[in-house]
Amino acid sequence: MLAEGIFIYLAAAITILSVLVITRKNPVHSVITMLVLFFHIAALYVTLNAEFLAAVQVIVYAGAILVLFLFVILLLNLKEEAVARRYVGPWPLGLMAAVGLFLAIIVSLDSFVAGPKGAFTTEVIKAETNTKALGKILFTEYLYPFEVVSIVLLVAIIGAIVLAKKRLRS
Amino acid sequence: MIPLHWYLWLSAVVFMVGVAGFLMRRNIIIMFMSIELMLNAVNISLVSFSRYLDDMRGQILVFFIIAVAAAEAAIGLGIIIALFRNKVTAHVDEANEMKG
Repeated sequence: MLAEGIFIYLAAAITILSVLVITRKNPVHSVITMLVLFFHIAALYVTLNAEFLAAVQVIVYAGAILVLFLFVILLLNLKEEAVARRYVGPWPLGLMAAVGLFLAIIVSLDSFVAGPKGAFTTEVIKAETNTKALGKILFTEYLYPFEVVSIVLLVAIIGAIVLAKKRLRS
Repeated sequence: MIPLHWYLWLSAVVFMVGVAGFLMRRNIIIMFMSIELMLNAVNISLVSFSRYLDDMRGQILVFFIIAVAAAEAAIGLGIIIALFRNKVTAHVDEANEMKG
């Protein structure tokens, strides 16, 4: 009963906060709302026995990505944002597309068939802790994708510098 | 235990909000935040699958998605700064040079 109550609170908060994120006029308000939203999603991860991902969610999303967003908003000096239109001209079309996609997902949920269960039951994870179990798989079975991710991050660093630099000297 | 479908509904709702925000807003920064919302919706469903199928692979995938989201945010915000330098606007419907 308690678990259901916590889930319903988190789900309601996540839904309301995500709607607030896309409807606020001031981008700074959107970023602050999104910060609260990410904390709620981290709490949802804790209820799903994924403590490591909850920590990563707070550190990477709330700590790194949102600060980046905030920096860019302050850099751009969006004074005319307060008087400008919020939505594009054909916004009802976009809303209809989103609702249609939602209905398609909900209808297709009924035909969902769960696959075979894996080896990591709650008892196994409790015995060797979530982070250790995650690290064992990450550094053995998924070592190659892990290395590829490091290259992706390197490309992102170089790409961000190249894009944001004023003029490359030739 | 909470049924898996509750989590999938929540994920679908957040994804819908992300898609709607991406298609409706003019401000390119809010559009990028909508993309982050969609990624988070997928993460919620992956973590709940990981929990309900007793498998760690969903969480590994979420780990990779968060890394790619960080890379995407850095590149995307670089593009926003480049756009602002060339057009002095953050509104997508004012950047229309490539219209035929």
